[in-house]
Amino acid sequence: MSDEPIISVRGLRNSFGDSVVHENLDLDVYEGEILGVVGGSGTGKSVLMRSIIGLQEPDAGEITVFGERIDQATAAQNLDIRRRWGVLFQNGALFSTLTVSENVQAPLREFYRNLDQDLLDEIATFKIVMSGLPADAAPKYPSELSGGMRKRAGLARSLALDPVLLFLDEPTAGLDPIGAAAFDELIVELKQTLGLTVFLITHDLDTLHAICDRVAVLADRKVIASGTIEELLALDHPWIQEYFNGPRGRAAAPKAA
Amino acid sequence: MSFDADFTEDEGDEKRVLRFSGRLTTARLGDVPRRLERLDVSPSRADIADVDRIDTVGAWLLHKLNRDHGAEIVGGSDKADRLIKQVSIADEKARRLPEESNLFSLTLQRIGHATLDALSSLKGLLIFFGALVIAAGGVIAHPRRFRYNAVVQQFESVGVASLGIVGLMSFLIGIVIAQQGAVQLRQFGAEVFTINLIGRITLRELAVLMTAIMIAGRSGSAFAAQIGSMKLAEEIDAMRTIGIPPMGALVLPRVLATTLMMPLLGFYAAVMALVGGGLLCWYALDIPPPTYIQRMREVVPMTDFYVGMIKAPVFGFIIGLTGCFQGMQVEGNNEEVGLKTTAAVVQAIFLVIVLDAFFAVFFSSIGWV
Repeated sequence: MSDEPIISVRGLRNSFGDSVVHENLDLDVYEGEILGVVGGSGTGKSVLMRSIIGLQEPDAGEITVFGERIDQATAAQNLDIRRRWGVLFQNGALFSTLTVSENVQAPLREFYRNLDQDLLDEIATFKIVMSGLPADAAPKYPSELSGGMRKRAGLARSLALDPVLLFLDEPTAGLDPIGAAAFDELIVELKQTLGLTVFLITHDLDTLHAICDRVAVLADRKVIASGTIEELLALDHPWIQEYFNGPRGRAAAPKAA
Repeated sequence: MSFDADFTEDEGDEKRVLRFSGRLTTARLGDVPRRLERLDVSPSRADIADVDRIDTVGAWLLHKLNRDHGAEIVGGSDKADRLIKQVSIADEKARRLPEESNLFSLTLQRIGHATLDALSSLKGLLIFFGALVIAAGGVIAHPRRFRYNAVVQQFESVGVASLGIVGLMSFLIGIVIAQQGAVQLRQFGAEVFTINLIGRITLRELAVLMTAIMIAGRSGSAFAAQIGSMKLAEEIDAMRTIGIPPMGALVLPRVLATTLMMPLLGFYAAVMALVGGGLLCWYALDIPPPTYIQRMREVVPMTDFYVGMIKAPVFGFIIGLTGCFQGMQVEGNNEEVGLKTTAAVVQAIFLVIVLDAFFAVFFSSIGWV
């Protein structure tokens, strides 16, 4: 973990009509860590992610990724930043008219036009297998896959360009516990081999305990606290206490704790 | 120093060594993959000590050297070794596209599928019609089950809300017919027959037909999309489990609305077209409105009006039925909603025009010409 944040958000404000989602929100994500973002429904976790990746224009605030201001970046800089991150949307967001293999190749084709089709096929296949899918899923269309497989295919596509930063929006939601645990392991494994930094939105307490280096808690329109789970538990905020010390939180905590 | 990936072939004592340099990353690969494909002598070793960055694609190329030529990879950093190991675990064969049969059998398959689809769609429509009749019978037997609110709401969205667009369209069509008629008939000095043209074609055919096409595009598609997305969200299943019959609650009000609104809209469209045609006659042919109306009453038989008004509810019924039917056919994913909505409009317009042809033959054979 280095001291220089890879993502830095300062004074972010987001609103939809009259309802303010974020107000004066600050957040740092450091290189090489898995940051879990938690918060109740409607606290704007996804909106925060969309703001960072530039899909949602904030009302105010500064967002810096890889040392570049997202809102002030030129088109060329923007493209360069996009090449260095991967995003996994909640339902995979696979292109429905393309096979899984073509989905993974889509970003590669867009950025590297000189690659041969054979090499593209090989790259797509090992990315798909690395994401934990069987190789025979490659020629299938997204509609032929189950929810869990679609997430893995989405992950394969988000890893297509060898990103250094990975955004995951509720990757384990809707998966069975075994599938979710396998997905957690996969993310840790990929983080270690590929040296990823991961921005992870989740509701899954098991995931938080198992893989997150730090957790940021969203409430009252801002990040009210961030740190390891132990550090958060030491705080006296009612929502944090209820979240981690509620029946589900206790069940998910490691037994030694 | 260039960051581009490159390699040189070294002729060692007995061993052939490839020395890589630069960045072995996707962006910097250049022609390296192609050159690696064309190696004439198998290298026994690949030295990557001078490579300053590597990603999974670079690791994959090295893994392939190892796999295809048995080349030993030396001099790599921990990260490089880990990446190579990782991609070598993931080395499997896979196709990019699903397997396809040859063109001949593919064509046969397509024709077969299309035929079966058309037949099953026709059968489905008949079954759906039957279910609708049963639902209507149930409502007639138990009038308290009739959903007035839903019906009135549909009246509004099918009828009142489309007054603007239907009126404007008909008005413009009236102008177009009058203008074309005036130009063509003037050549024979028969401008006055423009009024016959406007009156008869509007009341008999165009007003109702154009309104039907507009309603198919506006309401038929909306029905398919609404019911389709409700089906996807399992709302229809929820209604069934609660004990609300979807036929009575969703389909009947919509079909009733299109069936009853079409004659009203068709009449309104005819009036607007006559007004448009009348204004053009006044402007271009100097026929004043009183003369226009007088002449219209003389040349347009009452049966023309009946022809239009008899067709209108039938067209409305077809539009409502196909819209709701296609909506109910939605299954699986969001893409289906789009497909079925398109199918609803295409099918409705097609059926309306086919029926219109039948009506034309029928009315002329009973002497309403």
